[in-house]
Amino acid sequence: MKILVAVKRVIDYNVKIRVKANHSDVDLTNVKMAMNPFCEIAVEEAVRLKEKGVATEVVAVSIGHKAVQEQLRTALALGADRAIHIETDERAESLAVAKLLAKVVEEEQPSLVILGKQAIDTDNNQTGQMLAALTGLPQGTFASEVAVDGDKVNVTREIDGGLQTISLTLPAIVTTDLRLNEPRYAKLPDIMKAKKKPLDVKTPDDYGVDVASKVSLLKVEYPAERKGGIKVASVDELIDKLKNETKVL
Amino acid sequence: MSILVLADLHEGQLAGATAHVVAAAQAIIGGDIDVLVAGEGVQAAADAAAKLDGLSRVLVADNAVYAHQLAEPMGALLVELAGDYTHVLASASTTGKNVLPRLAALKEVSQLSDVIAVESADTFLRPIYAGNAIATVKSADDLKVITIRPTGFDAVGNSGSATIEAVEVVVENSHSSFVKEELAKSDRPELGGAKVVISGGRGMGNGENFKLLDGIADKLGAAIGASRAAVDAGYVPNDMQVGQTGKIVAPDLYIAVGISGAIQHLAGMKDSKVIVAINKDDEAPIFQIADYGLVGDLFEILPELESKL
Ligand SMILES: Cc1cc2nc3c(=O)[nH]c(=O)nc-3n(C[C@H](O)[C@H](O)[C@H](O)COP(=O)(O)OP(=O)(O)OC[C@H]3O[C@@H](n4cnc5c(N)ncnc54)[C@H](O)[C@@H]3O)c2cc1C
Ligand SMILES: Nc1ncnc2c1ncn2[C@@H]1O[C@H](COP(=O)(O)O)[C@@H](O)[C@H]1O
Repeated sequence: MKILVAVKRVIDYNVKIRVKANHSDVDLTNVKMAMNPFCEIAVEEAVRLKEKGVATEVVAVSIGHKAVQEQLRTALALGADRAIHIETDERAESLAVAKLLAKVVEEEQPSLVILGKQAIDTDNNQTGQMLAALTGLPQGTFASEVAVDGDKVNVTREIDGGLQTISLTLPAIVTTDLRLNEPRYAKLPDIMKAKKKPLDVKTPDDYGVDVASKVSLLKVEYPAERKGGIKVASVDELIDKLKNETKVL
Repeated sequence: MSILVLADLHEGQLAGATAHVVAAAQAIIGGDIDVLVAGEGVQAAADAAAKLDGLSRVLVADNAVYAHQLAEPMGALLVELAGDYTHVLASASTTGKNVLPRLAALKEVSQLSDVIAVESADTFLRPIYAGNAIATVKSADDLKVITIRPTGFDAVGNSGSATIEAVEVVVENSHSSFVKEELAKSDRPELGGAKVVISGGRGMGNGENFKLLDGIADKLGAAIGASRAAVDAGYVPNDMQVGQTGKIVAPDLYIAVGISGAIQHLAGMKDSKVIVAINKDDEAPIFQIADYGLVGDLFEILPELESKL
């Protein structure tokens, strides 16, 4: 079976962001970028399914400007077999991404599509669910366990109250949560080999998808700053402050 | 303008978050607000919803196909109902996040996730980059599909008496089915709505040591949370994770114990009124946002704190 994984290029999760002086957006110039951590987990899961002999081919896809090819090469180094880059300089929002991915699903006919549950830049947590709705395929979001069994997949989901397991008929859409696996690091020889793996470049026009969104970003600001507090010397002082200064006890 | 709010359920009962989402709906319009309660055996939840202030109607879709609120039938139901509304809202719970984007996609509109404030009927504030920036976004879509972060809005009261109407829409679902659920059982308040939260991190060392938080939580009526590191290490279950990709809390008092203060953790708790940090490393980043920091070994501090409270 074939697995499609969607990977997004985002700011590295360790970087402290800066807001542009004109408040139009977050400033990404000269900022360290990386694969979205949830997408790393998605790639890892796909590669493990291939290593187990469940999957035969892993295809990575990313939508964005030319630089996203860097993350696609990372996916190839981690074990994906080929990659598709849908190139656009526009800010592709979740709906547009889902529409494009739906076209790729139609073309590639994968048995499983794995996405991250959330991109850590927009924090949207939407694309997988939208893709499932558009393709009419069942969804297993926030997965902490994925078990393929014949033409079904059992997905254990991290939900507010604990864990939920659902059974989906393949083909299906899965989005990853943190506990699904621990992604490996790419090894140097694999990074070299990845350079020779096929990477197709397409455009949204090739798929007849308009990426424009009806949501406009009016302003980006820093959140209200928390004033740093004080250090207390003892448990007694802490209790006293909580009782008498802030009155939360 | 009129708004449909998808009620959040927890084990078939109305979850506290719904009253916050209704408050968000009231901030958008003065007009008609309906709540949809969908599930199996949800009459009690519907009755509870009808008491929320400011509602016109509570729509009840009580059918086995909506049991466990699986995404596919829930999305299809919302699509059937959404035509009558300008906005559809749900809480940014795992159910809201699971279901609402399906409605948006099927209606070919965007979804605004985790809205924390309302500027007007089409303009909203939402955190991005783990809450390190706040975006003001304006939607020109005909239907606004929005998940609400409950901590952004004070809950509405309970003196309403909305009419309850059954919804007869029944959809089909053949592609997904429920297998099982392992829900955490606890007598403590729900993490998202608790007035006091005490959370443990990697510094707790193991799951057994989390018991050190129990006595304090008992005395304070607190919910217990955790950092991702504590969950990943298997000390405690996933539903206790506070942070960018876990639960968002904003209690009156948040006590972080053995937690360093990574931005992903702060994203889930920095809107708490008062923050206390207990950490043996006096340079831990958590101290930069804590109102009261206590430097020291948690294994000495926690028993002392419990006995003196
Ligand atoms: C995509 C992504 C999403 C994430 N989402 C979340 C999230 O939602 N929530 C979250 O919490 N994290 C999240 N993280 C992880 C986050 O980056 C940190 O790794 C995590 O918060 C660290 O947890 P911690 O503070 O418990 O552990 P550490 O950073 O290891 O800190 C442990 C602290 O305990 C202190 N300590 C140790 N022993 C003692 C003692 N005896 N007495 C007192 N203090 C002691 C140490 O000084 C240290 O400061 C996410 C990361 C990524 C990449
Ligand atoms: N531009 C993109 N290219 C490829 N995949 C994406 C893109 N945007 C989002 N995704 C996928 O959708 C997931 C969730 O993103 P979001 O819904 O935007 O939070 C990500 O983890 C990716 O797997």
